[in-house]
Amino acid sequence: MTVGIVMLCHTALHRAAQVARHWATQGCPVVIHLDRRVAEVDRAKLAAALSNLPDVRFSARIACDWGTFSLVQASITAATQMLRDFPGVGHVYLASGSCLPIRPVAELQAHLAAHPMTDFIESVTTADVGWTVGGLNKERFTLRFPFSWKKQRRLFDAYVALQRRLGLTRRIPQGIVPHLGSQWWCLTRASLQAILSHPDRARNDRYFRRVWIPDESYFQTLIRQVSSRVESRSLTLSKFDFQGRPHVFYDDHLHLLRRTDAFVARKIWSQADLLYDTYLSPTADQAPRLEPTPGKIDRLFAKAVERRLKGRPGLYMQSRFPTKARGGNRSAAPYGVFEGFADLFPDFHPWLARVADARVHGHLFAPGRVQFAGEERVFKGGLSDSVTLRDYNPRSFLTNLIWNSRGERQCFQFGPGDAQEIAPFLAGDPNASIMIVSGAFVIPLWQSGLPFAEIRAEAARLQKIEADFIELLNAPDTKARIRVWTLADLVEDRVEPLQQIVDWLNPRAPHRMTELPQMVDLTGFSAFLQELRNQGMQPVLMGDVPDTAGQPGAYPGLSRPQLAK
Amino acid sequence: MKRWAFCRAGAGCDEGRSRKALVFGMGLMSAYKLRLRRQYLLARAYRRGSQLKSVVNRMAGLRGQPILLFSTMRNERVRLPYFLDYYRKLGVDHFLIVDNASTDGTREYLLDQADVSLWSTDAGYKQSRFGMDWMMHLLRRHGVGNWCLTVDVDEFLVYPFCETRPLRALTDWLDSAGTRSFSSMILDMYPKGAMHEQPYREGQNPFDIAQYFDSGNYTISRNPTFRNLWIQGGPRARVFFADRPKKAPAMNKIPLVKWDPSYAYISSTHMMLPRGLNLTYETGGGEKPSGCLLHAKFLDTFALKAEEELQRGQHYAQSHEYRAYREGIAQERDLWCNWSEKYINWRQLEILGLMSKGNWA
Repeated sequence: MTVGIVMLCHTALHRAAQVARHWATQGCPVVIHLDRRVAEVDRAKLAAALSNLPDVRFSARIACDWGTFSLVQASITAATQMLRDFPGVGHVYLASGSCLPIRPVAELQAHLAAHPMTDFIESVTTADVGWTVGGLNKERFTLRFPFSWKKQRRLFDAYVALQRRLGLTRRIPQGIVPHLGSQWWCLTRASLQAILSHPDRARNDRYFRRVWIPDESYFQTLIRQVSSRVESRSLTLSKFDFQGRPHVFYDDHLHLLRRTDAFVARKIWSQADLLYDTYLSPTADQAPRLEPTPGKIDRLFAKAVERRLKGRPGLYMQSRFPTKARGGNRSAAPYGVFEGFADLFPDFHPWLARVADARVHGHLFAPGRVQFAGEERVFKGGLSDSVTLRDYNPRSFLTNLIWNSRGERQCFQFGPGDAQEIAPFLAGDPNASIMIVSGAFVIPLWQSGLPFAEIRAEAARLQKIEADFIELLNAPDTKARIRVWTLADLVEDRVEPLQQIVDWLNPRAPHRMTELPQMVDLTGFSAFLQELRNQGMQPVLMGDVPDTAGQPGAYPGLSRPQLAK
Repeated sequence: MKRWAFCRAGAGCDEGRSRKALVFGMGLMSAYKLRLRRQYLLARAYRRGSQLKSVVNRMAGLRGQPILLFSTMRNERVRLPYFLDYYRKLGVDHFLIVDNASTDGTREYLLDQADVSLWSTDAGYKQSRFGMDWMMHLLRRHGVGNWCLTVDVDEFLVYPFCETRPLRALTDWLDSAGTRSFSSMILDMYPKGAMHEQPYREGQNPFDIAQYFDSGNYTISRNPTFRNLWIQGGPRARVFFADRPKKAPAMNKIPLVKWDPSYAYISSTHMMLPRGLNLTYETGGGEKPSGCLLHAKFLDTFALKAEEELQRGQHYAQSHEYRAYREGIAQERDLWCNWSEKYINWRQLEILGLMSKGNWA
């Protein structure tokens, strides 16, 4: 007993001829179904190329359209001829013209000889199918599909929707339990014979003529009626992408194909010379066999589909430009935004860099110059410290910065004196952790020694900006992680807020901080605030800063506070 | 209006959905204006086509669906050997080239190449929309139904798997996906040190000299009229246009298109009409496949070119770009910086997020 190959061909006929010759010369009869739309010249060429092989036959030609019964009809015609012409055939293997045997034919023959009664066909009930595209699985069997999915997509969709709304369904004939599976199967002579000469065959064919993509369901369903040993897997390696199109194999997949346990691969790019030369050469049998790891190939294609559907979060580029409406992360990685801390703690930068294990920038959105960490003129990726470039597109600037430094946590200072255009972006980004000491912006003013009138005006301006920012952050659609303390809170207890910064940015750090940054001496600060009030400005964001602030006194212990989320 | 209302490519046509939204979303009036604009561009290209004089046409022997390359050039003799060779290796079947009054032997060299068809013209480059009218004329006459690559002589296409898969593998795959256009943004390459320090020799890989690029300083916004992404950035924006970023050159390009008589390039190969062709990007978070055009502009030949172009005044926006370069060259000769990335291969560009494999595996 041997295996007979039924090949459905329509393009790249020179490759089909090569493959057919390979099968035939190794003792496998071949019946080729050639699409009727193939030009006569090409048919003649193919026939001539195979004319010296008595075991290669051609079946009656049918014009095949994707997704229609014509493909099933072509398979039936060719399989019938195979069973009739080659009594020595024990199994029939359905393949396409772009399939390539990737293991020695003898191994396939041995495998089938060891399982003479087994049908190798993927056959899964519709309820358990997860792969179908477009959400049609059970409905393939119960709706009508008079329109072509490829050429009349709108009509197709509209008619499906209409039938769903009106509740129109077809009755599934008695005895048929819909199953789906890969169209590339390998069936025993007995099973195939039983399907083809089934008493209900005419009825079944009539029914399946109106089923959508019957080549994935006809044999897969009927085999359950006639076979006692179905091994539900395809011997053909065939991967589909998210649109239901088969993935194509190229020369650079050779190392992957060597590691699969399938006997045939589909679909091979017709100009993949290396693959064809390797697997069809007479010495192909002698290539060292590697331990099969079919998972590798699955991963490769799963990753490709994920790349196409989900992409790399936080990346904005020529072929990925997620729009705001779709939500999700706007940036590539979590980052920290600090407002006011550096005003209160002069050595906040080095402290933060130590405890949070992060790259700590100054005010990235400062008006004069972008303050990259280490005062660099240019940062990773070629980001310039030019303010005009940054302000030309602040979002691109920030998303680039975060994307360019993947793998390293970024932190930067922000404040009411900075360009505020980025604020809505920060508020809407779940990756942003924004921590604010409200009102701290007056400390540098207080220390500046400027005329009081100027200080008062500037303090009022900055307070307005910071209040607007905090209001923005308090909006219900904010996605950033936010914590706001008043200056008075910090003066009262600086441990809890600082501990929280460490917990947020570096959760794996030791639970207790061993060092705290030094706070500026705030002696006389409350009098300054009072003076602001006396001059008619209301400093609301600072809270009630006590008179004794900043003087060395008893700190509450470095305890680990409860986190408020 | 028919072309706007129905997706001709049918199933698998990526642009189908968005075109539906387009018709209902923007109103028929503006669709009609775009149609008029497209027809104007087509008519213009047809008229300017008469400026082209065919020097040699060797297209008779082409069979099947050849991959064609279209280019306009002037005095590029020294670059030609490597350029032609690079694209031959990728699998370009035929070159259709317009020679704009070269005096350095460009024309004679091209005449000797068996896979080049040559046209010549002495007409103004600027008046021909910087050569685009000529290109579109040739695209319409010879490119219809084929995959057409429109590039300058200093642009080198890099696409996913380009080391192991020829261009034909890409176009076959795009065909099967129903995609009609392929985006490849310009990536400016530059040497370390001043441009004149390492002179370019004929036949040499320009990226042996210009090895560096900026990996992550590109700004992107969406053009609401044409729906394309407008990308700016790179060393040119960083060094030459830091104080007027709006004027920085556009980096987005759509050089590879399966041509149809109704298509038109609007501004260089930056964007197209019908504008569904510009939707080479995914807005739902996924990534479509894309490539890069490595730009070998910043070589020792550049200073010479800048001077010549300024004299002729034949370049984009009153040679604004070249003027900026000349000033920039005078002040800061070195485009290289500490964070410049050294080019390795397409996988590196993919990892850096400058291009994408999409779902091509």
